[in-house]
Amino acid sequence: MAKAKTLGMMGDFAVAEAAKLCNPDVIAAYPITPQTIIVERLSEFVADGELECEYICVESEHSAMSACYGASATGARVYTATASQGLALMIEIVYITASARFPVVMTIANRALSGPINIHCDHSDAMLARDSGWIQLFAEDCQEAYDSTIQAFRIAEDKRVSLPVMNCLDGFVLSHSIEPVTTLPIEDEETLDGFLPIRDPLYKLDVDAPIAQGLLALPEFYMEIKRGQQEAHLKSLSVIKEVIQDFGDRWGRYYPVVEPYQMDDAEVAVMTIGSSTGTGKAAVDELRAEGKKVGLVKLRCYRPFPVKDIQAALKKAGAVGVCDRAVSFGSTGPVYADTAGAMVGRGGPLVKNFIIGLGGKDITIDTFRTMYDNLYADLAKGEIEEPVEWIGIRGE
Amino acid sequence: MADYPTRLADLPKEERSVSSGHRLCTGCAAGTIARLVGKAVPDKPLIWVNATCCMEVATTIYPFAAWHIPWLHNAFENTAATASGVRAGLDMLMKKGRVPERDIEVIAIGGDGGTYDIGIQAISGAIERGHDFVYICYDNEAYMNTGIQRSGATMHAAWTTTSPAGEVVLGKKEFKKPLLRIVAAHGLEYCATASVSHPLDFVRKVKRAVDVKGPAFVHVIQPCLRGWRFDTSESFQVARLAVESRFFPLYEVYHGYKYVLNYPNPALSKVPIEDYLKNQGRLRHLFRPEKNQEIINIIQEHVDLEWEKLLELAEFSEKSAIY
Amino acid sequence: MTIQDEYRKKGWKNLPPGGIVDRPATALEYKTGTWRAFRPIRNKDKKICQNPEACLICWALCPDAAIKRVEPNELEFDMDYCKGCGVCALECPLKAIEMEQEE
Repeated sequence: MAKAKTLGMMGDFAVAEAAKLCNPDVIAAYPITPQTIIVERLSEFVADGELECEYICVESEHSAMSACYGASATGARVYTATASQGLALMIEIVYITASARFPVVMTIANRALSGPINIHCDHSDAMLARDSGWIQLFAEDCQEAYDSTIQAFRIAEDKRVSLPVMNCLDGFVLSHSIEPVTTLPIEDEETLDGFLPIRDPLYKLDVDAPIAQGLLALPEFYMEIKRGQQEAHLKSLSVIKEVIQDFGDRWGRYYPVVEPYQMDDAEVAVMTIGSSTGTGKAAVDELRAEGKKVGLVKLRCYRPFPVKDIQAALKKAGAVGVCDRAVSFGSTGPVYADTAGAMVGRGGPLVKNFIIGLGGKDITIDTFRTMYDNLYADLAKGEIEEPVEWIGIRGE
Repeated sequence: MADYPTRLADLPKEERSVSSGHRLCTGCAAGTIARLVGKAVPDKPLIWVNATCCMEVATTIYPFAAWHIPWLHNAFENTAATASGVRAGLDMLMKKGRVPERDIEVIAIGGDGGTYDIGIQAISGAIERGHDFVYICYDNEAYMNTGIQRSGATMHAAWTTTSPAGEVVLGKKEFKKPLLRIVAAHGLEYCATASVSHPLDFVRKVKRAVDVKGPAFVHVIQPCLRGWRFDTSESFQVARLAVESRFFPLYEVYHGYKYVLNYPNPALSKVPIEDYLKNQGRLRHLFRPEKNQEIINIIQEHVDLEWEKLLELAEFSEKSAIY
Repeated sequence: MTIQDEYRKKGWKNLPPGGIVDRPATALEYKTGTWRAFRPIRNKDKKICQNPEACLICWALCPDAAIKRVEPNELEFDMDYCKGCGVCALECPLKAIEMEQEE
């Protein structure tokens, strides 16, 4: 019987604790900053007999996801973690794992993609995988990183979903920062008091009932198969919401897919993902105290992209700035692109894009003040002057 | 000591791995390889993990899958890693009592491309980690599936589409990568070379590999009628010449250091390499418009050198040799 | 109706998940015998091969499993799948098989 404890934990540490709680059968992982603490901690659990699993110290991230694919095919519960270059190296298999509908859970300790090489936080790594078919959840703080890990297994393995889930926590900002984290009080560790049943696979490699997975699909069938995958992905949103509700009902912490903060009467708002949300909320509080009607929308679930929830959250604002910690070169930030697509042609707010915090560039209250001033200026003009603005870098 | 079939009649009649209806080229020995692997271990449940290669593409054009057993394909270079995961998943599920305990063998198979070149990292890692599985490399000496491009396994002077025999450069400049020595250097309990021309020897080696608790590796030469340019009926004849000319001797390596030579018998006089080369269209430029004795000699010298190296390492065991 | 027809009819909504094929050896529905330009004729004029179980080279080497061992000691050449490669004819130690042009 485990009692709830509130401890100071680094994000990586919290994720490892949560993963341990979920009893993965197979972990195949390769270390990369800033995820290393996760894999090290899990190794310690295995070495101490606290976690019974096959821990494969693979020779690269590409082999990590390959081994996860193979293990998941047998019906096992599978976990891994990576970041940045590791995700980029394995990306081929990341797509394949989603197409196979294998419910692998992977933590990404968000780190900038090279080049230049940079070990600090941005979302370019997760954004690389946004088309891959994985469900993507972003954590605001270490508590959420812990809770999200547990929710991820439940979401992934639900047979209505059966898709892999990518849990993102900001590199260093969360992964290596100590925050108070309350663990789950549970009696039945095997199923977390019924919240996380033993995996019952959608299909598996079974010598008594042979199947074939990984066939060559010619043009006649490829698009139909992918349409089926898309359908499963879109439908997963309702299951994600169910799981969020169930988790909250049991343990009191709710994490909606889109969380409006002070949006009821907000004139201008920013949309954030990841840890910058916390800073943003603090900025909102400060500005509200100064009489400014500002708000913030936290996007927790980026894939599937919760179109209706975003439309509902943003529709009453005058001007919205979507914050991206990544950029699609030659175009805008990715979250902005999805958001603008959701908001286009619906009346509603002016929408623009802020590129912030690349490569670990610090995001502060002042960053938000700058963005809100910027939004107010556009609102006053009634149009967006600069659709994409990079905030916080030294100019000429 | 395990029992090995000494006659083809000892092999089971049933097809339990690959089925008819696959679309490998007419006369492609890869089909035979897949059949024989299944027959080598008839009582053992198998899970087959396949690389991207001719065998994968031609046997699984959706929704036609020519496999009687559970079959998994991931990508090109990661078969050994995928097999590692399958092994780990099975073992843990059995350990936790979620599936019944059974002695299931994981067979990983890939071509020379997916093993020697792009796949060498994964195979090296999987062997180092000691997973219980068998890796079979069927070697047709080029990336045949994508249209006959050279690989590390391609022999010296062979024409391929990326090592063509032109006016200035006559085929592949490099020599065949010594894959089995690289694998053996990992110190695994058992690895061996084999040939489609010696089916019982191949079956024996597959069975031995399966019996190993840990990684085992079988490297089987598979002449490709499309890529090497010979008649559809001749794959096995060409393979036989590869062995008898000592170009591709059949041997086993135990624990990474104890070599046992099976074929050809060193007491037999060698078949000149020219006899092996002359029927293969990919080496036509060595014979027409005129004979290129210089390159043929280079190939012969290389074969002789490799043979000497092997004799220094290996004992010849007639007992091991079963056609 | 082959599995291909069956899967075509299913549209995208009803295909098995993840691109799998959920039963074994569906390729048996694809008859590669149509590829043939030559067909193997065994024991054409006289019974050269009388004791196949003593040899079985053709059976073992056939890439397409198109030769079957039939009780008690006979061979059956399956023309549904035989691609006419000629391996059996070339490898037969008794030269009991000839390749003849298909009509």
